[in-house]
Amino acid sequence: MAINETYVGVQEEPLAEQTWGGVAKDLIRRQPLGALGGLVVILMIAAALFAPQIATHDPEINDFGAMLEAPSLAHIFGTDEFGRDIYSRIVHGARTAMLVGFTAAICGSTIGLLIGVTSAYFGGWVDIIVQRVVDVLIAFPSIILALAIVIILGRGVGPVIIAITIPMIPTCARVVRSSALAVREIPYVDAARAMGFGHARIVLRHISPNIMAPYLIMLTTFLGAAILAEASLSYLGLGVQEPTPAWGLMLKSGAEEYAESAPWAVIFPGVAITLAVFGFNLFGDAMRDVLDPKLRSR
Amino acid sequence: MSVAGNMTDTNTPASNAVEGEPLLRVKDLKMHFPVTEGMFMRRTVGHVKAVDGVSFTVAQGETLGLVGESGCGKTTVGRCILRLEDPTAGSVIFDGNDIANKKMSEMVTLRQDVQVIFQDPFSSLNPRQKIGSIISEALKVHGIITDAAELKARISELLRICGLNPRFADRYPHEMSGGQRQRVGIARALSVNPRFIVCDEAVSALDVSIQAQVINLLEDLQKQFNFSYLFIAHDLSVVRHLCHRVAVMYLGKIVELADCDELFDNPQHPYTQALLSAVPVPDPAIEETRSHQILEGEVPSPMSPPPGCVFHPRCRQATEACKRDIPELQEFSPGHSLACPVVLGK
Repeated sequence: MAINETYVGVQEEPLAEQTWGGVAKDLIRRQPLGALGGLVVILMIAAALFAPQIATHDPEINDFGAMLEAPSLAHIFGTDEFGRDIYSRIVHGARTAMLVGFTAAICGSTIGLLIGVTSAYFGGWVDIIVQRVVDVLIAFPSIILALAIVIILGRGVGPVIIAITIPMIPTCARVVRSSALAVREIPYVDAARAMGFGHARIVLRHISPNIMAPYLIMLTTFLGAAILAEASLSYLGLGVQEPTPAWGLMLKSGAEEYAESAPWAVIFPGVAITLAVFGFNLFGDAMRDVLDPKLRSR
Repeated sequence: MSVAGNMTDTNTPASNAVEGEPLLRVKDLKMHFPVTEGMFMRRTVGHVKAVDGVSFTVAQGETLGLVGESGCGKTTVGRCILRLEDPTAGSVIFDGNDIANKKMSEMVTLRQDVQVIFQDPFSSLNPRQKIGSIISEALKVHGIITDAAELKARISELLRICGLNPRFADRYPHEMSGGQRQRVGIARALSVNPRFIVCDEAVSALDVSIQAQVINLLEDLQKQFNFSYLFIAHDLSVVRHLCHRVAVMYLGKIVELADCDELFDNPQHPYTQALLSAVPVPDPAIEETRSHQILEGEVPSPMSPPPGCVFHPRCRQATEACKRDIPELQEFSPGHSLACPVVLGK
């Protein structure tokens, strides 16, 4: 039959391969700010992974002979009121920040994604019940909700992660639901139903991947927000406990008493928090633009 | 061709058709959508009667055209056959199984027999899936082909059948043109060896030259694999070219059903006559001398259709009886039925 011999639109040039190197080059060329953010993210992750190698001192050992020393060659960021090396504590603090930030942001946005898509996909009473629960959770300011959870669960890294994750879920679910409502009506979802695929496959393979843009935006916003929330909880004394190094804790002890006499005890943890949040937000924005196939060719 | 071989293999065991029964029989199908009002206490204030008592049959290897203006319920009929909607009443008997009243869990195997080609090739393909994955997903999920090499060969074969380069398997939909995407949609529908395909305005979104290619492809595929089409369209020239029989719908009801040539050459129902006279003739000389039947008024709301014959407010031949009695589809001549007692009584 004739149709078997002639193809439509035969294109012989090789298809461009999408490599990680290519993605990186693309990112630097098109999103210089995003690349800067990426650099910060890599730095933070590296600091978290290789903290013992990068740090010059043990972050938890007190040295009462060197309390509140100004930055010098021995202590490049100075020392705090217990004589602990601030640089080493910031490097180790990255560990806490990254652990809490990534776990909370990934869990929060992913659970939110699944709840939002499921709610939109099934509609009807499922949607009504889920959205009313979401309303109740959104009604709480997230830091108040987090405080309540920490008070119930106790302190430490685990409860802090849960406390930061839970307020994120309804926010993400609400945003994702509105996108999923639109995607649900697109014919390829009908095509999937006509093929006899199960609900789980349609939710996970056909709807969820098509709301990656709002999901990624939520995820990256949450990364910055989670780091900030962890710092806030620690600052309020309800988060990570001494002597574990955490930026919020360092800021607290520095700001309360030594802001004037030893500003380095406040400035460096503050800069670390700012840099991390800023970097994650920039990087997230850029990654979304580069990885979205529909935006790629522009 | 091996695809044809597969078809008979996979489909015979499921068949429990009665001898002489058409492949698909739609009987008194009704689809009423509730209209609700109020923000908190949702109450139903009425129903949109999108499809209101439609019956027809489609034989193996036949193409039935379903025409009518926008909003007359053509697409809803197609969606009910695909069980994308749960019909309010009536039955859709496919090969001895009532699709309309099966449990969703029992639908899985039946769904492979009834497939769909959508109107808009830009929204009918998942933009996050590669073409190969779009075509092969059902084969993998339903365990029709488990071997990776065999699957790859089948993808290439399906693409080739639909006139596409097998290299397209590694592309994303946004890298292709509208016509190419529509061919992917066709390849996806073919992948599960269906026996019945609902073409929901399958060529309306394409430009004329591509339309012709896709129509020829649909015809060639039908000759090759002998499946049936329900061809939903509003382009009457396409319908005339492609269909064996044509049903004309108006406001949720079939008003006339006949063989294609009979319907176009000898339309009986006043609505069909008006519809056909609205088709322009591509010859200015003829077009000038031709008399057009222009319908007055608008299509009534399907929420509150007029009593009696739904067409009577716009019909020139309407009598008092038309405002009262709901006309049934009756045979006018063999193979030609219509729902108009005035014409039938003449």
